[in-house]
Amino acid sequence: MENGTQGEGKDPSSFLAEIIGNAVTVKLNSGVIYKGNPPHFRSTWQIDMRLTHLVLGELQSVDGYMNIALEKTEEYVNGVKRRTYGDAFVRGNNVMYISAD
Amino acid sequence: MADAEEGPTGSVSEPLDLVRLLLDEVVFVKLRGDRELKGRLYAYDSHMNLVLGDVVETIYLIDEDEEDEDIKTTTKKSEMLFVRGDSVVLVSPQTSS
Repeated sequence: MENGTQGEGKDPSSFLAEIIGNAVTVKLNSGVIYKGNPPHFRSTWQIDMRLTHLVLGELQSVDGYMNIALEKTEEYVNGVKRRTYGDAFVRGNNVMYISAD
Repeated sequence: MADAEEGPTGSVSEPLDLVRLLLDEVVFVKLRGDRELKGRLYAYDSHMNLVLGDVVETIYLIDEDEEDEDIKTTTKKSEMLFVRGDSVVLVSPQTSS
């Protein structure tokens, strides 16, 4: 991602708007990470083994609180897949970062 | 946040819509402190305060002193439960897996 350019009015919200529908990794403050799969991208998820929890998923939506709706969600705990969710709502206060994969 | 124009029921245009679709469904709720709930979602608000019925709460107690992490689980059942939103981490339809 070309984050260095400031010219085009880039801000965190527009970044989030751009990655709607993408596969993302969400790291939670607790250390949990959520990842999701986009249907049309084939990508391999990276799992940070140091983390207690990870969630990967396809980003459906984000709001101003950074509440997140994910599809095709996988939850990793200590790098081990613990659970899958069809849909998942993640409360924003738990979010440490959202990474477009 | 000027996305108030699209609001066909059944669509997910903001994260809370996903929770709205779960009303009267059995949901899985992950809470802070290694706790999980399963129950029927009767009500929620924007703080993610929840009212759940026929709830099973599972508490994971992890002994990290030992190398082999001992995970003990305790379950509690409640007819009706109010959950303060700030302890909610994740809400999902109860997974088949």
